[in-house]
Amino acid sequence: MKTEYQLVVIGAGPAGMAAAQAAAQQGVEVALFDEQAQPGGQIYRQVDASPLDDVALLGKDYRLGKPLVQAFRGAHLDYFPSSSLWYLDKTLQLGILRDGVSHSVKAQKVILAGGAQERPMPIPGWQLPGVMGAGAAQILLKSAAMLPEDGVVLAGNGPLLLLLAWQYLQAGVVIKAILDTSPRGSRLKAMRHMPQALAASDYLWKGLRLMLSIKLAAVPWYKHASNLQAEGEACLQAVNFHSGGKQHRLETELLLLHQGVVPALHLAQAADCALQWNPQQQCWQAERDRWGQSSTPNVYLAGDGASIGGARAAHLDGKLVGLQVAHDCGLLEAAQRDRLAKPVFAARDRHLAIRPFLDACYPPAQDMLVPADDTMVCRCEEVSAGTVREVVEIGCRGPNQVKAFTRCGMGPCQGRFCASTVEQIIAHERGVGVEAVGRYSVRPPLKPVTLGQLAASSEAELEIEHD
Amino acid sequence: MFRSLTAATRQVEISLDGETVSVPAGISLAAALLLMASSPFRQTRKSGSSRAPFCMMGACFDCVVEVDAQPNQRACQIQVTAGMQVRRQLAAQEQT
Repeated sequence: MKTEYQLVVIGAGPAGMAAAQAAAQQGVEVALFDEQAQPGGQIYRQVDASPLDDVALLGKDYRLGKPLVQAFRGAHLDYFPSSSLWYLDKTLQLGILRDGVSHSVKAQKVILAGGAQERPMPIPGWQLPGVMGAGAAQILLKSAAMLPEDGVVLAGNGPLLLLLAWQYLQAGVVIKAILDTSPRGSRLKAMRHMPQALAASDYLWKGLRLMLSIKLAAVPWYKHASNLQAEGEACLQAVNFHSGGKQHRLETELLLLHQGVVPALHLAQAADCALQWNPQQQCWQAERDRWGQSSTPNVYLAGDGASIGGARAAHLDGKLVGLQVAHDCGLLEAAQRDRLAKPVFAARDRHLAIRPFLDACYPPAQDMLVPADDTMVCRCEEVSAGTVREVVEIGCRGPNQVKAFTRCGMGPCQGRFCASTVEQIIAHERGVGVEAVGRYSVRPPLKPVTLGQLAASSEAELEIEHD
Repeated sequence: MFRSLTAATRQVEISLDGETVSVPAGISLAAALLLMASSPFRQTRKSGSSRAPFCMMGACFDCVVEVDAQPNQRACQIQVTAGMQVRRQLAAQEQT
């Protein structure tokens, strides 16, 4: 049994798969841990074991994941699926939960490639059964071949929302309406970035094709939708909103929300990596150099878990970080690394060229960044925006103080769905930028672990799965 | 709320709140319970309000149920297996 590895990679999405593979190819001894049962991450979820009869309805980009997963499965490394990372510190001691047993692993170097999560989109009633993330609904489609019943309402903005609408239309689902929450003027602002975006014109064409299909299907499209409210007692019954100067009410049993994705930074924070605020994407991201090195020695970050660049860029990013780790392990000379990396940098930068356009075109709406008082901010501990405002009013200056006063962020999700909202409310009330407000502290366990699982840790061996 | 796109899927039997039910094999427990429209998955301790899956990727903990006598298991991270004993975490039961 091995309890020590030269390199541990966390996450088997496009970035993690590529990073692990690139490092392993140069002779680095690699273990990869991933929470899912299959490699591919959320974006390429079950791409080589799809429950769908016709994968074409997911679109061409999904199929790009198949060769990546197949190459990863053939790589010379130890791959541990269904494994949650619950402990990590800057000395690179890891606690892995697998089959109900905790395992201790020591790494010389770590690449964090934990990916992104959907940006929380807090509206009154978003905690009701029947309100879900659009990404969550897409996971149901990819992993379980599940479609909503006719009459689903999609709300928010961004490429994923459009893609999901297109996928549903391909499958014959009747979409009741799309509530586009992009504020007035976003399109115009995005046009400034068009010259740069032309370098990645395939994204623009794809977006236009998606929008045209949705138009042709005559799905009711409400522009500049605001003041969204999910209505219902035990479950969702209707969604209320403003659009075109009028108040609307649409009855539905399923409302899918989406306003982009943000890096899931719990792992980076656990490893004490410095973060920076990205004002264009209205989210925190990890600081790192062009090779993925974070502010913590021997901790590297790759893909959307560091900063949002999309799946294609994440895969190339992972490759670069894998090469750098091989170099830092003394297995790849600088000249050889640079020769291998040069075309990868060029390809990654091309994919990144679309981001400024997308960020400007699909900004999160202000009333969902800084929600009204009756909106539940912390879903776990049921703390409203009004309660957060009250404690800021009496002097709480940062998220950790708000947490201590209200239990906001203290539940099992550990702030993953309230941190961004709490930061924005504090910043708004204090009249300062979010960068001046800071983040919740992150402490292990990163995922809940029982005493029984800890107690079982000493005897158990990590079993390696070979494909 | 949801329907399955594939008609002929192998089924497995699980126990939900003491009743035997048949669900498609090879999918997550959260997906299976959503297909059966067995909402809510749980009720919160504080207010007793109803919850069902929100993120489907193991982050939000809104889909937690009791599986084989282990409470607070994320249904979206667990595959259904034959004979699995599942209980929804409803407020009235939690207080007992």
